[in-house]
Amino acid sequence: MKKAMVLSFSLSGALLLAACGGDGGNNEGENAPENNGGDNAAANDEENGGGEAEGGEAAEDQTLIFARGGDSVSLDYASVTDGESSRVTQQIYETLLFFEEDSFEVGPGLAEDWEVSDDGLTYTFMLKEGVTFHDGTEFNADAVKLNFERWADPDHEYHFADEGYAYSVYGTQFGGFQGDEGHVIDEINVVDDYTVEFQLNSQLGSFLQNMGMSYFAMTSPQAFEEHGSAINENPVGTGPFQFVSWSKDDSIVLEKYEDYWQEDMPKLDQVIFQVIPDNSARLTALRSGEIDIMDGLNPDDLQALEGEEGIQTFQRPANNIGYLGFNVEKEPFDDPELRRALNHAIDKETLIEVLYAGNAEAAKNLIPPDYLGYNDEIEAYEYDPEMAQQMLSDAGYEDLEVELWTMPVARPYMPDPERAAEVMQGNLADIGVTAEIVTMEWATYLEQTEAGEQELFMLGWSGVNGDPDYFFGNLIHGDAIPGGNRNFYSNPELDDLLNQAKTSIDEDERADLYMQAQEIIHEDAPMIPLVHSTPILAGSERVSGYVPHPQTSEPLTDVELTE
Amino acid sequence: MGAYILRRLFMLIPVLIGMSLITFSIIHLIPGNPAQTILGEQATPQAIEQLEEQLGLNEPYLVQYGKYMAGLVQGDLGTSLRTNSPVTEEIWPFLAATIELTIFAMIFAIIVGVNAGIISAWKQNSIFDYSAMIIALIGVSMPIFWLGLMQQWIFAQELGWLPAFGRNNPRDPIETITHFYLLDTLLQGNMDQFWTALRHLILPGIALGTIPMAIIARMTRSSMLEVLRSDYIRTVEAKGIAQMSVVYRHGFKNAVIPVLTVVGLQTGTLLGGAILTETIFSWPGVGRYVFDAIGNRDYPVIQSGILVIAFMFVMINLIVDLLYSYVDPRIKY
Repeated sequence: MKKAMVLSFSLSGALLLAACGGDGGNNEGENAPENNGGDNAAANDEENGGGEAEGGEAAEDQTLIFARGGDSVSLDYASVTDGESSRVTQQIYETLLFFEEDSFEVGPGLAEDWEVSDDGLTYTFMLKEGVTFHDGTEFNADAVKLNFERWADPDHEYHFADEGYAYSVYGTQFGGFQGDEGHVIDEINVVDDYTVEFQLNSQLGSFLQNMGMSYFAMTSPQAFEEHGSAINENPVGTGPFQFVSWSKDDSIVLEKYEDYWQEDMPKLDQVIFQVIPDNSARLTALRSGEIDIMDGLNPDDLQALEGEEGIQTFQRPANNIGYLGFNVEKEPFDDPELRRALNHAIDKETLIEVLYAGNAEAAKNLIPPDYLGYNDEIEAYEYDPEMAQQMLSDAGYEDLEVELWTMPVARPYMPDPERAAEVMQGNLADIGVTAEIVTMEWATYLEQTEAGEQELFMLGWSGVNGDPDYFFGNLIHGDAIPGGNRNFYSNPELDDLLNQAKTSIDEDERADLYMQAQEIIHEDAPMIPLVHSTPILAGSERVSGYVPHPQTSEPLTDVELTE
Repeated sequence: MGAYILRRLFMLIPVLIGMSLITFSIIHLIPGNPAQTILGEQATPQAIEQLEEQLGLNEPYLVQYGKYMAGLVQGDLGTSLRTNSPVTEEIWPFLAATIELTIFAMIFAIIVGVNAGIISAWKQNSIFDYSAMIIALIGVSMPIFWLGLMQQWIFAQELGWLPAFGRNNPRDPIETITHFYLLDTLLQGNMDQFWTALRHLILPGIALGTIPMAIIARMTRSSMLEVLRSDYIRTVEAKGIAQMSVVYRHGFKNAVIPVLTVVGLQTGTLLGGAILTETIFSWPGVGRYVFDAIGNRDYPVIQSGILVIAFMFVMINLIVDLLYSYVDPRIKY
């Protein structure tokens, strides 16, 4: 009997506790100063209660919360490729050259100035003096040399190959690693403390662009010594913010670096990157004032936000391509006439309206419009179902049945792949082609498309350094089979043009070569270029100075919270 | 009793070995390549191949399994392929977050569910009974996703009473000791942070506790109805003992066993991580941790995560079994 009493007593006791807890929590919370920054928008009725004094305090609170869908994988930026990692490391680390605020134009960064020799094989960087890492170590030519050598040399003591680190982006951008045939960096020479010289084996058109990529930023040499392979959780750079703490799948906290070399920067005292996986929940948090900026807005929510008080939206410039690819090794997609016909069948404008809420441009080329060598003279295949049907029957195709593969996850270039597939399925049905939608898990999708199991498939590509070679070389060059070239399209004439363009360092010549390349691609139509999307971010009205960069993220040096 | 516990613990060994074998086979049977997902859709095949080699993914399955089990025996849960951190270290904060939320959700579910069930049985066919059981029915069939979003909309966005995401206020991070935030803040005597952490528990706790609450309420009611009809209750009533005492002291005591079973099962399930609740409320729990690992084909994390969850499930069941003999001394082991 007693035991039953104990049980039911403890139950009711807990009930009481929970009830009190709930109530007490509310009251405490409303008065607690820590919530004022966050609760502004939510508790409009609280504004008066809070009093003017506290309102002023909130303006002084320069803590910005940036909410995103997923956590960073690692803060050792060069060893990972996900956008959520570089979003954070761009605050902590800096590169030799910086991109312009809203484009891929490179300008001085940790290097004040640079020279390129006439043969295009020697790059000399004059480094800024008086820059220190967050641990007090001085930034100099030795640090540059060490950083590059650690990525290039798999046997380097800080390459951490045994711990499973891999610097794949280095390999992609510089033609491999030390000892590989295609590796372009021959040696790095320290000329004096603040001058460093890169000797190349062969010309590389995108060399300077690469120097602005967040993957090739500078880590403190001292930090390698201190943290070893734990550098991925103990980042030490020269950037505007320094690392404070990381609670996995939750938040990363950074604070202002007081000795930052740019005067009076950064403006924020603290930046917190908060994980909120669900898009709707993230928007709720923004509306309730708990966060300041959010990435990953549902296109459907955009309309509702227009004109909403206290909220502003930001548009990231286009830097990607979403496409519908053909596996040109499979019948009947080996026939260019069929591919051209299908190009006329897809209604891109409807896609953009329905799925992107208008935030995308119809694509006619592989590279985004702002890129070097974008061929605007190419005439897009216009949407004309009748013509498409005519072309099909002229070529002798009837009652075509195809598989249309679509990926299971939203991508920057494709916010709702399944609905997009349905729209295109309808487009194809209009011209008498029956398409069966096939979908599978993301990891499987990537593997199977690389193996060439697909017929028609949706995929895309995002730029990283603003250089056209990153698109052409990876998506359409014969050398990218198997790999990024999932169309299995290989054309020696095109490859030749792309090779020339890749190694040239004369911009006009490169532009000209890429224009020719796009003509060939357009004519052969190994894919249907769909859209270049311009993702939307939303933020509180208090945020000023935030300019989204076409890369997936940007340093928040200039950002400020106003009242 | 001691021998019984030992025997039960001993039985854990084959269970866990079986679990690890099944998990290992399944994750290697499904297509998808960890190196590919680590490097992303823009990776070159050379880079993928190189990484596979580094991670030991090209070794025969038996060798991989053997290496994993050898580590496991020494208490090493492996290293995450994606983050390069040891799983043993990495998993604890997630586990603590899940345990804390589960305890809170179950306290809510038990208190509300048990009392609603008892009163429903006591006042059978009353308005209270009908409405409680309709609410329970709705509770069981409620999509958590919808419930969570509605809660956020009402209590965070419109009323501004409770926070919409996370375990604590990110502007005021908690110094972690045990990673149980309520405990950590109490240990540090920081009451502001304690209340903040508690407020963060309310919405996800209620969302997560709703289904168990409904199940517990229904189970308690039917169990109580049976007990209240038995002879000894009539005798007690005839002795003129107060109704309240008849129901709670004499009745519930005998009705508690089936309820305890349900509570045990539900607790075990919630401890496995509630991906939906954890996703909507941005709760960094073990469900999301393992689910993300599956998407990334992070084999060591999947294997060890599932093992840990299975271990907890078995332990909860053991505890429930021991509780049986505590509430009903006739049950002996």
